[in-house]
Amino acid sequence: MTEKKRIKNLSLMERIYIPEIAKGMWLTLKTMFKPSVTLQYPEVKFEPTGSYRGRPVLVKDQNEVERCVACGLCARVCPALAIEVQASETELEKERYPQKFEINMLRCIFCGLCEEVCPEEAIVMSKDYELVFSNRDDAIFGKDKLLVPVENLKERLDFLRKFKG
Amino acid sequence: MPTITIDGNKIDFSQGQTIIEVARAAGIEIPHFCWHPKLSVSGNCRVCLVEIEKMPKLAISCATIASDGMVVHTNSPKTLEARNAVMEFILINHPLDCPICDEAGECKLQEYAFAHSRGESRFDEIKNRKEKRVQLGPRIKFDGERCISCSRCIRFSDEIAKSNQLTFTNRGDKVTISTFPGESFDNPYTLNTTDICPVGALTNEDFRFKSRVWEMSSTKSVCVGCARGCNSEIWVRNNEVLRLTPRLNEEVNSYWMCDKGRLETFKHINAEDRISGTYIRKAGQLQKVEWKEALDVAAKSLRENKSNEIGFVGSALASCEDNYVLLKLAKQMNINITAFTNHIVTGDQDQILIREDKTPNSLGAELIGLNSNGVDLIYRMIKDGKLKALIIVEEDLGSLSEDWEQALGQLDLLIVTSTNSNKTTALADIVFPASTYAEKHGTFVNFQGRVQRIMPAVATEEEDRALDGMSMSRWDKFGTKFDRWMQGRKVDAKPSWKILSLLAAYLGIKMKFDMAEQVFEEISNTIDAFRGLDYDVIGELGAKVKINEKIKI
Repeated sequence: MTEKKRIKNLSLMERIYIPEIAKGMWLTLKTMFKPSVTLQYPEVKFEPTGSYRGRPVLVKDQNEVERCVACGLCARVCPALAIEVQASETELEKERYPQKFEINMLRCIFCGLCEEVCPEEAIVMSKDYELVFSNRDDAIFGKDKLLVPVENLKERLDFLRKFKG
Repeated sequence: MPTITIDGNKIDFSQGQTIIEVARAAGIEIPHFCWHPKLSVSGNCRVCLVEIEKMPKLAISCATIASDGMVVHTNSPKTLEARNAVMEFILINHPLDCPICDEAGECKLQEYAFAHSRGESRFDEIKNRKEKRVQLGPRIKFDGERCISCSRCIRFSDEIAKSNQLTFTNRGDKVTISTFPGESFDNPYTLNTTDICPVGALTNEDFRFKSRVWEMSSTKSVCVGCARGCNSEIWVRNNEVLRLTPRLNEEVNSYWMCDKGRLETFKHINAEDRISGTYIRKAGQLQKVEWKEALDVAAKSLRENKSNEIGFVGSALASCEDNYVLLKLAKQMNINITAFTNHIVTGDQDQILIREDKTPNSLGAELIGLNSNGVDLIYRMIKDGKLKALIIVEEDLGSLSEDWEQALGQLDLLIVTSTNSNKTTALADIVFPASTYAEKHGTFVNFQGRVQRIMPAVATEEEDRALDGMSMSRWDKFGTKFDRWMQGRKVDAKPSWKILSLLAAYLGIKMKFDMAEQVFEEISNTIDAFRGLDYDVIGELGAKVKINEKIKI
């Protein structure tokens, strides 16, 4: 291996060293009096806006039923093959519901294509960014973890209507 | 020969053909909903309108007879405008049900709406409401809103199934399809209407909502429901067969398939009672053992019997390859007692497809050299105590009658290869798990003397979708062992010919077959009826065997 050479030619001022140190110290001093943007996570939590793409969730309507009709378009469009849906028949007017809806969070890349393709506005990206699991099986989120009441997703749904038409 | 010009191509045709037929034969697709090559022309969907020079108005190509010198444009501005208008008209009352519709992905209306329409609706009013989820018959659900009134199903049940059970009722935009009062749409061919329905109005009750069509892989195969051997396609997802559909073969089944064949010939493949792994009877109980041990014990106990006390029973449910290897093994062991049995349901036959013989390969087993009358002899020999050991390949003799069940119980040694557990395996001393027709390569000979190939659609433990060249869905292609859809059940089974050639090796008999194709090669080299045939010659549509007069069909 050849030794790396420093390419940059330092100017005289830089070579004197002390003024550069002073410059740096000045910057630090200035920042000390600015308002802090650092959050003391996890004690203080970051609250994203509606445009944030956290983990995808299923919308549960006021009547306690998921909007999803298990059309499988999200599973088809998912570039990472994270979504697996099994449809079944229901007596409700929508005829079809997901008997099984699983998102493998190890596969999910948070691209939001599932949300974009959904004809029912049934799967949306939430604000939830805290995803912790200790094995592969726990990484597969079923309907129990995916269903979220529509009230909790209002901000995202408003954002989608406003900007994605 | 008269010629017609379609889109600038001069095409020869024979007198009496319609424009759409001539175009189709030449590979030019004219959009159509109500026209079907096997049904009468009704001309009600109007989407096949084409411009014909020197004709004042556009004409529907399905009902216009081609004549010499005609110049037809299927893509002129005038045609496209008319086609778009027709599509817009049809879509006015068609609900946007695609997300919940089983037809999505193989829907003619969806395809044409994508390819031939304006892509936008100008219809602001409320769409027509009609009855949804109507139970037309025991196997069919009908959705009135989705129906575009093409009348294909009505014409099918009148002309092909000859049952006259369906009709239009009401008029105008209220028109809908129903059965005649008091009738149920229950003829043996009803499910074909779900295939020919250009939209998702008629759905298969059994397959309803099971899977999207694009999630499955399809494999060309042959139905095993009867001696007709309808060409079929096996649709598989997560290594599970979800449905069968007919495949076009003019010589055998045309576009059709009976409901029984479609629904009842695949359920056993993923049934709970599939045999997986080898079993040996120890202390009165069948216990799972390694292949090695089972083969070892089988070979040892066969050696303990004299060759004139051993019988081999093949099967009309097994492929030609299975029966051939069985017969070859019998010959090498100097065993003369070989047979198979027919499964004939007298009277259960019609002029359309269904045959009395309920096995796919009785002619094949006969051509290979098995005797269909031999089982009676075997029965008598067991009863007389002359036959002490029996090898049965994929045949459930125990279910034939109580006498047979008793007879099998008398045997000293009963070796069985079987796909599912049944009365015969319950009596067996050694059970080998056989692959079903959907898990192996092989050939069946149907009642016409047509050899047809089956191909693996479901992987067993010894098979790998990618390495064995099986058809794969997108999920199969990109799945890893950690994905749940890749963890579908795989049965530890082998084709019977493979089990038998393994057994031969343990008996010290040389029989080197690695692939079904090698077995068939030997069949075609040694048996006259199969001479000149190989898997490539048989291909997807089958080939005729040469039958001499000795064998009656």
